[in-house]
Amino acid sequence: MTEKRRTRVVLGEVATRRRPADRARADLAEQTPLGEALVRGLVRAQLALALRLALVVVTGLGALPLLFAVAPAVGQIKIFGVSLPWLLLGVLAFPFLFCVGWAYVHWAERNEQDFIAVTRRPE
Amino acid sequence: MNPYVVPGLVVVVLVTVGIGAYGLRFARTTSDFLVASRSVSPAWNAAAISGEYLSAASFLGVAGLILRYGVDVLWYPVGFAAGYLALLLFVAAPLRRSGAFTLPDFCQVRLNSPALRRLATIFVIFIGCLYLVPQLQGAGLTFTTVTGGSYVWGALLVGLVVTANVALGGMRAITFVQAFQYWVKLTALAVPVIFLILQWQSDGRPPVTPPAGEIFPAATTVTVEQGATLTVDGQTRVVRAGDELTFAAGDPVPQVSTVDSNVGMDWLLPGGDGTLFATYSLILATFLGTMGLPHVLVRFYTNPDGASARRTTLVVLGMVGMFYLFPTLYGVLGRIYTPQLLMTGRTDAVVLLLPEAALGSGHLGRLLGALVTAGALAAFLSTSSGLLTSVAGVVFTDVLHAGRGGSVRDFRLATVLAAAVPLALSIYVANMDVSRVVGLAFAVAASSFCPLLVLGIWWRGLTDIGAVAGVLSGGGTAMAAVLITVLGPPLAGWPAQMVGQPAAWTVPLAFAVMVIGSLLTRNRVPADVNATMLRLHTPESLRLQKTA
Repeated sequence: MTEKRRTRVVLGEVATRRRPADRARADLAEQTPLGEALVRGLVRAQLALALRLALVVVTGLGALPLLFAVAPAVGQIKIFGVSLPWLLLGVLAFPFLFCVGWAYVHWAERNEQDFIAVTRRPE
Repeated sequence: MNPYVVPGLVVVVLVTVGIGAYGLRFARTTSDFLVASRSVSPAWNAAAISGEYLSAASFLGVAGLILRYGVDVLWYPVGFAAGYLALLLFVAAPLRRSGAFTLPDFCQVRLNSPALRRLATIFVIFIGCLYLVPQLQGAGLTFTTVTGGSYVWGALLVGLVVTANVALGGMRAITFVQAFQYWVKLTALAVPVIFLILQWQSDGRPPVTPPAGEIFPAATTVTVEQGATLTVDGQTRVVRAGDELTFAAGDPVPQVSTVDSNVGMDWLLPGGDGTLFATYSLILATFLGTMGLPHVLVRFYTNPDGASARRTTLVVLGMVGMFYLFPTLYGVLGRIYTPQLLMTGRTDAVVLLLPEAALGSGHLGRLLGALVTAGALAAFLSTSSGLLTSVAGVVFTDVLHAGRGGSVRDFRLATVLAAAVPLALSIYVANMDVSRVVGLAFAVAASSFCPLLVLGIWWRGLTDIGAVAGVLSGGGTAMAAVLITVLGPPLAGWPAQMVGQPAAWTVPLAFAVMVIGSLLTRNRVPADVNATMLRLHTPESLRLQKTA
């Protein structure tokens, strides 16, 4: 009943003889300086994107309490009989957050596709 | 008593157990129990995450807070939703790609530090309990409000159903149960709102803030629960516990000295400078706390890959945002139809009482009343199931040291252990304020796991010592603030604000200590940090087997 585990035997030479298209991937896997630079670039692009969109939310929503405190008149504006703070916080904040999220997903996936394109680029 | 309530509750419990049992047929391995074998589609997963997230605090507490305090507390629902945006921007995809399945696991993957792992375990259990106790309490209070039964039975009922469900079905079953419960909760709030607004229209659109102050819409009898001073039109009157006060339709609503609430313009307009610190603290806690909640994070490991984790989070953001449109309407309409809650202070009950108060106790009012009660039960069940699963998962791997090879029986033992403490606490600790404790749980999560995750994912320089110091200083002080708020004496003035809403100073503290600590111990940066970054940030399609 003792089944031996199947082992895979690969010739040493084959492993070193890669097609050019795989060179960038190999750079990634072996963490050569080039591969590391590629990953650093991706991380930086994604972080910059996230921070930029976070800034949009911080200025869009985060400034509101300060605005209402500094200029109370803004809080008393009424639109269709509903006062502005209620409309902004009770209704409009949610579609705003969703749109920012949608933009992030869109651009983050594009960053990743660019990254994949770079690693697949024929030399 | 409303004759439709009990059948409604029974249906929700039966369907929950039924779906749990159905899911059990698919849950065979330990992996199924913990992470649903990582094969749940984004739509199911998003509904499950939303279902899990929308707790008693969202379903009942937000409307109650709005009824009581007005526009200033709209930051609670906005923050609860925006937390998912922060999670999406900074954490979702890399966390899924890390391949870890609990927060302590993430510490292991990123920093390989047993000390940090133990610390994270303590925080997961603390936050889990802090969040679980008010859920069970809310269940007990709802049970008392609606059926007149005992508080203990309500808490026990929900506690036992949840424990049995998690122990028997684990994560796989929970996913379906929670997806179902999201839709129950949304329906339970959305359908009555249509009738409530039609009723408001046919009543001639009574103003929410009448110039002369709130008035009773119908004859009302209020039983005084504790001695207080009532103020009506500048005249005061002292009442004692047990007094019954009768008001005719159109009478002004007195202000009660023991109940803290905003009236008139204070309710309608944003607060001035005095509330600015508390508002920003609340914003910080809710925006950044969501990503540190253990029951939210554990869900992300059930996505097949990083890109789908991102899409799932976006769908969650939409679902949660849609849900939060409704509690505001309940709070506002409650101002018109259930002003007596402002006297008794039981504003958390507004969602439960509003349908009958506005539509009368005919069949329609009672049916809708039963519907919202069923929704409330779904809220307790789903959030406590999710919390229990995540706490049990951590107890299973880090306290029982079962590891991934542990048996299903060990997971069941972990579930019972994880449920016992909060259940006992919820029965013996009676008077904790539901929404406030939930807010504090967010503050603890924002000052411990948020810096750990954000810096761990985006900054190569993080070291284990820096992380431990940051979690201990930020999370530790937030934890201390929670214990003082819940157990300590009442505070006044600035200390009360600093302790009651600690996030504004504990979150920056945690970030600062973590960064400075890491810079001081730069030689301890893990040697494999580049490999970890590669794994966290590159798409799975490029996932390379290390040439070993």
